[in-house]
Amino acid sequence: MSIPGKRIIQNLIKNAEIARTEGIPICQDTGFAVVFIELGQDVHVTGGDFYKAINEGVRKGYREGYLRKSIVRHPLERKNTGDNTPAIIHTNIVPGENLKLTVLAKGCGSENTSAIKMLKPSEGVEGVKKFVINVVKEAGPNACPPVVLGVGIGGNFEKAALIAKEALLRPVGKKSRMADIACLEEELLEEINALDIGPLGIGGKTTALAVHVEVFATHIASLPVAVNINCHASRYKSAIL
Amino acid sequence: MDQIKLSTPLTDEVVEILRAGHRVALSGRLYTARDAAHKKLSELLDQGKELPIDLKGQVIFYAGPTPARPGHVIGSAGPTTSERMDVYTPRLLALGLKGTIGKGYRSQKVIEAMKKYKAVYFVTFSGAAALISKCIKDARVIAYPELGTEAIYEMVIENMPLRVANDAFGGNFPNNDIPHENDY
Repeated sequence: MSIPGKRIIQNLIKNAEIARTEGIPICQDTGFAVVFIELGQDVHVTGGDFYKAINEGVRKGYREGYLRKSIVRHPLERKNTGDNTPAIIHTNIVPGENLKLTVLAKGCGSENTSAIKMLKPSEGVEGVKKFVINVVKEAGPNACPPVVLGVGIGGNFEKAALIAKEALLRPVGKKSRMADIACLEEELLEEINALDIGPLGIGGKTTALAVHVEVFATHIASLPVAVNINCHASRYKSAIL
Repeated sequence: MDQIKLSTPLTDEVVEILRAGHRVALSGRLYTARDAAHKKLSELLDQGKELPIDLKGQVIFYAGPTPARPGHVIGSAGPTTSERMDVYTPRLLALGLKGTIGKGYRSQKVIEAMKKYKAVYFVTFSGAAALISKCIKDARVIAYPELGTEAIYEMVIENMPLRVANDAFGGNFPNNDIPHENDY
């Protein structure tokens, strides 16, 4: 790594240490609360509205944790809700009797640089790579590199975006179990790190720490690709109730 | 090159010694303002009304801090993406604003306005909000408390580590002018 790059990484580590010692956030953008629920089909939730309970948890967590309230009620009127609710909630019904919650505190500097495109099937893997690399190039310093990239290929318009987001929940650097996709992840990482964006955009080889690609079945007419960028503050936690 | 120690307010003479790539340690008073506050300031200007702050010689930090824990001056406060403020910036520069602090690139219109009105754009460690908060010695809301984190804060800072990203002569970092130095 270049010397300026090293200096930046050292400062980011120092930042994390200060945050831990003082109990303050590593970044002032403490995110949109994105909550993934895996609800076992044998679980019966009683005693009230489940989604209300999740929002109450978000409200409590952001208040008691002295986290920033960054959500506005109406995208055009833009009045702050004051408690960082509502959360964005994704629910999956799965076999079993567990209830698993994953909370992702997703910063929107990087979210704003994310993108989706409906490619033509004829554009193939080269078209996918070209689009992904271009999104990272356009994002530049705004995404707060070094970034983690979640890429969703296939499905339809919303499915591609959702699996791109889910890809961010994979442990950083863990390869896809599909050999061809693992290979694509490696090629993308290499090409992205050759863009000379570097840590915080000052140039260098460390633009992305990992590229995670998820795929889903798609329509004969379609090749959707979604790129969800996470900044160097990749914050999520899971718990099984 | 060593860090240049500067204090606000900034004058034309000070701005003119700064070049893209220079490292600066900034002290003194500054104001925070981001999307919502910029919109309000701009609306006041549209109506020909006076702004709640005098921008002459001042520096705006594009930041929305986290709430202070008891006994703390402020929570974490790092820079947000500057380009969202680009549409508002030239008219604030025309009023004498001398510096802005954020992350990422500025539009050509802002760069031209910085040349015209003699101003600079600084970047600092994005996403290192805990580190930056250590430079903030005092903070109070002075306008638009109803905006929450987007209110205008007046902050007293000490040696905030900055880098000149755009100078008043059209130079920009890290793309040209000064070769990468061995530090940031």
